[in-house]
Amino acid sequence: MAVQLPAMMRSTATRLSALFVLLFMACALVLVFYMTALSARMMASQTRATIDEEVAELAAVYRHGGLPRLIRTLDRRSRQPGAYLYLVAARDGRILTGNVEALDPDLLDREGWTEKPFAYLRHGDSQAIRSGELNLRALLEGDDAHHAMAQVFMLPNGMAMLVGRDLGEPERLRDITRQAIVMALGIMGLGSLLIWYLVGRRGLMRVEKVSVATDRIMAGDLSQRLPVTSAGDEFDQLSNGINIMLGRIGELNEGLKNVADNIAHDLKTPLTRIRNRAEAALANHDDPEATRIALEQTIAESDQLIRTFAAILRISRLEAGNAIDDRTTVNLTEIAADVCELYEPAAEEAGGTLTCEVGAEPVMVCANRELVGQALANLVENALRHGTPEREPIAIGITLRKNDGQAVLTVADNGPGIPPAERGRVTERFVRLEESRSRPGSGLGLSLVKAVAQFHQGRLVLDDNAPGLAARLCLPLQPEGKKSAGKSA
Amino acid sequence: MKLLIIEDDRESADYLEKAFSEAGHTAHVARDGESGFALAETGDYDVLVVDRMLPRRDGLSVVSGLRAKGIHTPVLILSALGEVDDRVTGLRAGGDDYLTKPYAFSELLARVEVLSRRKGGPEVETMLRVGDLELDRLSHTVKRAGQTILLQPREYKLLDYLVRHAGQVVTRTMLLENVWEYHFDPQTNVIDVHISRLRSKIERDFDTPILHTVRGVGYMLKG
Repeated sequence: MAVQLPAMMRSTATRLSALFVLLFMACALVLVFYMTALSARMMASQTRATIDEEVAELAAVYRHGGLPRLIRTLDRRSRQPGAYLYLVAARDGRILTGNVEALDPDLLDREGWTEKPFAYLRHGDSQAIRSGELNLRALLEGDDAHHAMAQVFMLPNGMAMLVGRDLGEPERLRDITRQAIVMALGIMGLGSLLIWYLVGRRGLMRVEKVSVATDRIMAGDLSQRLPVTSAGDEFDQLSNGINIMLGRIGELNEGLKNVADNIAHDLKTPLTRIRNRAEAALANHDDPEATRIALEQTIAESDQLIRTFAAILRISRLEAGNAIDDRTTVNLTEIAADVCELYEPAAEEAGGTLTCEVGAEPVMVCANRELVGQALANLVENALRHGTPEREPIAIGITLRKNDGQAVLTVADNGPGIPPAERGRVTERFVRLEESRSRPGSGLGLSLVKAVAQFHQGRLVLDDNAPGLAARLCLPLQPEGKKSAGKSA
Repeated sequence: MKLLIIEDDRESADYLEKAFSEAGHTAHVARDGESGFALAETGDYDVLVVDRMLPRRDGLSVVSGLRAKGIHTPVLILSALGEVDDRVTGLRAGGDDYLTKPYAFSELLARVEVLSRRKGGPEVETMLRVGDLELDRLSHTVKRAGQTILLQPREYKLLDYLVRHAGQVVTRTMLLENVWEYHFDPQTNVIDVHISRLRSKIERDFDTPILHTVRGVGYMLKG
């Protein structure tokens, strides 16, 4: 997919990087100019110190030998190659000696340091101007002018003396610095542009991939997932989070669809039966006894339907995960004993036994007592209904043990059990094995147990009891030290 | 017994009105929370049957409003929400019983009749009698015709509940709720087995039956 430049200009990454680059460049410029100014000032003060030394020497010469000797010395020094400037000029501009041919004549009117670097023209290299040879003139266009700093003295006979030093070297240094800075800024700007383009483009491409995927998801394809790279950066974290969310939505969606399918399929049969029975009763209303029986059967069947509905609703709400927020610290030992006590007579009635080996030690989990009670009751009812062996009496055992941070509540029977291949399937809604179709039941018992287990971050494991089925409800144990914790909600 | 039904669904309300009057009770119907509250405020009723989701004023707010005004008419909350914590919030708002839609009318009737008797306040009697059956709530002993009957603790609790609601129909779910304190609907005949065990103890050596089965609904203890 092509990344369009206008789109790129609109992206946050681009705008941010542009802002950063601009800020950085501005800072760099300020810094560079500050440094340049600082070094120029340092050069200037160094130059002044050198001039001061020269002036001190010349002052000594003047003290010992007077003006003629000073002129001689200046004449000699003017011939030496170097950066020093010397000039002794009469008031009318006649040059007595020196190596400066032209400069702003006003400069000689004021004694002391020239305020800022000034332009001048040198009279050839290693050449001094002989007395009266030249008049000082103003600079002209086209003169090969240099810059210099100088000190001006008024001599007693109205003449002016200038001692200075060419700034050629420091000036060039500053130029080089400036050139380097401009170069560096240019390279930095180009580099930033390059990085900006690459980073922005990469980010933009990933965002675009994400939006393509979300478009497909919005179009109804919930199996789509956002691309995740191996980088593990914020994009990946975000994509991972959204992918997990999509998975959950997909599961819920699938669950909803299954419920709808199951309701359509499994409730149609009893509803049709009810309808047919009512129709038949209406047809032979002459027989009051038959009508009464038909009505009673209708009520019984409706009650079963109501129960099925209640169970479906409860499972759906448990699977949605936010239905119930009324968990407390409950003692599984107590619940197991309660359920055992509740069903023990029913087991005996069926000619079998229900034994409870849970011990006296409390086993605390953070759970909803009602739900765990119902889940355990469902397992026992399941065992009673489907766990009767062919030749011997049914023996159901409830055991409770702690294992690896989990409380494992097991309901085991000695019946036919569930073939390993079917164990995953029987916890699905409305799934009933062929052998049990003739017995009463809605096919929702184990689904509810599984939903309760998952709601409590636990699970339902179906094992072979050899012979029979061992259904284990595993719930995470309440962490030590939190036993006295009250309601969590 | 005089009932007030606060229910917005016309068909259910009409059905309840008719069914209650057939059972020998007078039922008035209010179709929204505000008018229901105004009627209930008169304190004229023995039991209120309040739907949870009502127009103009939510059912729970009606109940808590009545309680705040010092009106303690027993309330049964009807709701399509059947989850465990819905029941808890309903009872916390001041409801006395909670029934999830859809329900069997016989279940509703049994519960309403039990509620109407509760009006008298806390039970202070320590010696309860039904026919020739005596239950001493202090020593936890049971006698019939002067003869002591030994019961298991749960059997005693079951009998205690039946005795306290003698002459009234109690359903299997009511027993499970009040004697075992679980609110699910057992699929097998667990409650019936417990009842038949209890029955054998309190009837076997005596001539007259005292614990009656009410077909399709539940049980009734009657001397």
